[in-house]
Amino acid sequence: MSSRETTKKTLLVALCLCVACSIVVSGTAVILKPRQEANRVLDRNKNILSAAGLYDPATTSDAEVESLFAEFTPRIVNLQTGEFVTDDQLQELGINLATYDQRTVLNDPAFSEAVPADEDIADIKRRVIYPMVYTQQQDGAVSTIVLPINGYGLWGIMYGYLALEADGNTVKGISFYEISETPGLGAEVRNPRWQALWPGKQVYNESGDVALRVVKGLGSGQYQIDGLSGATLTTRGVDNTIQYWLGENGYRPVLENLQSLSGD
Amino acid sequence: MAEAKKVVLNPLLDNNPIALQILGVCSALAVTTQLSVTLVMCVALTTVTAFSNMFISLIRHHMPSSIRIIVQMTIIASLVIAVDQFLQAFAYEISKSLSVFVGLIITNCIVMGRAEAFAMKNPPGISFLDGVGNGLGYSLVLIVVASVRELFGSGSLLGYQIMPLVENGGWYQGNGLMLLSPSAFFIIGFFIWWLRSRKTDQVEVRDFRLASHSTSEEAA
Repeated sequence: MSSRETTKKTLLVALCLCVACSIVVSGTAVILKPRQEANRVLDRNKNILSAAGLYDPATTSDAEVESLFAEFTPRIVNLQTGEFVTDDQLQELGINLATYDQRTVLNDPAFSEAVPADEDIADIKRRVIYPMVYTQQQDGAVSTIVLPINGYGLWGIMYGYLALEADGNTVKGISFYEISETPGLGAEVRNPRWQALWPGKQVYNESGDVALRVVKGLGSGQYQIDGLSGATLTTRGVDNTIQYWLGENGYRPVLENLQSLSGD
Repeated sequence: MAEAKKVVLNPLLDNNPIALQILGVCSALAVTTQLSVTLVMCVALTTVTAFSNMFISLIRHHMPSSIRIIVQMTIIASLVIAVDQFLQAFAYEISKSLSVFVGLIITNCIVMGRAEAFAMKNPPGISFLDGVGNGLGYSLVLIVVASVRELFGSGSLLGYQIMPLVENGGWYQGNGLMLLSPSAFFIIGFFIWWLRSRKTDQVEVRDFRLASHSTSEEAA
């Protein structure tokens, strides 16, 4: 029994254990990767459809998600110029639409930038310059545009999608696919009943400012949405997210260019 | 057979890891707002405890005592990563709501505690059962806590609405405290109180006793 305390034996046990454990860990990771990736894509697509008002968790099957999602065209926009990036520019940038993930390029200085503190109302610190938006085409004209949005809630950054109609002003819906808000309070941003308050609201008022607000208490009129009770900070976070992403530094210029796509 | 039964059933009430050993309370606070999430966490923890006990017991005669703890940690961590990968592949929605807490099973004191206290001294089969038993003991407390919290916090159980909420046009005003972690402390406290009032042998001997007030004659 004393032999197991020697240095040689200790090193041998440690080595064998590490090899065995790394095989288990890397094995499961590699074998299950395709399935996890498929889950992630499906979840993202469900949220895009949900923002566009086409997904009902109770009735929409996974196969339907796929066929519904086929109606959407992914496009890259340039937030610095407010323009839709053309296919030639995509090649130049080295973006492959099928594999591009705007979350993974967030730390790549070629694709992202720091948000200046005085503009950073949504408290996101960094943003991607080339976010991927989705457009739905009907009869040659864009009918819906789905924009990725993110902003700080109470515990962390909330990630979601906001869908607007072709006028770039009328809300079609909102969804959040990754949040760390308090379950039952802030996490109610994922409650379909709350999300159902969004469709039909207007973003910009006559003078062109972002008038859409998430307000405390009962929101009324075409520009206001009820805040979540018991979740003041999350509500404020959603409000900031909307103010930032639909404002002058966000998608505002892109939305003004939306009509230029209709010729496609 | 009798011993196996004892090893599995003992941790449920007589030697409950949370109520008596006071281990693993942290995750009992964090993952108990929804019963469905809690159930997955319980299965994950029971699996990890059972298999880590088994593997550690298998190599217990070869484990140099100088690196004993780190060997146990490596085995536990590998198992937890494997479980996390399985959840992400087969129960994506739930793995999203469990988020970091699956990873934190590594630091759950029950797993390490059973490895060190039981698996190092007993053969693999019985160690596996000990892991299952302690996992079930943990699960019992978590399920009680989660049932109370989901029922009174959100008016539902396993997602089925039992008491319709005012927000959704019903009559029940959800209890906000139940949705926050401190409520789990109260529920675990009541659970321990209930348990110890039935099983009085679990009541700890007092460390000291307060003397009665001195009377004014004595003080003078």
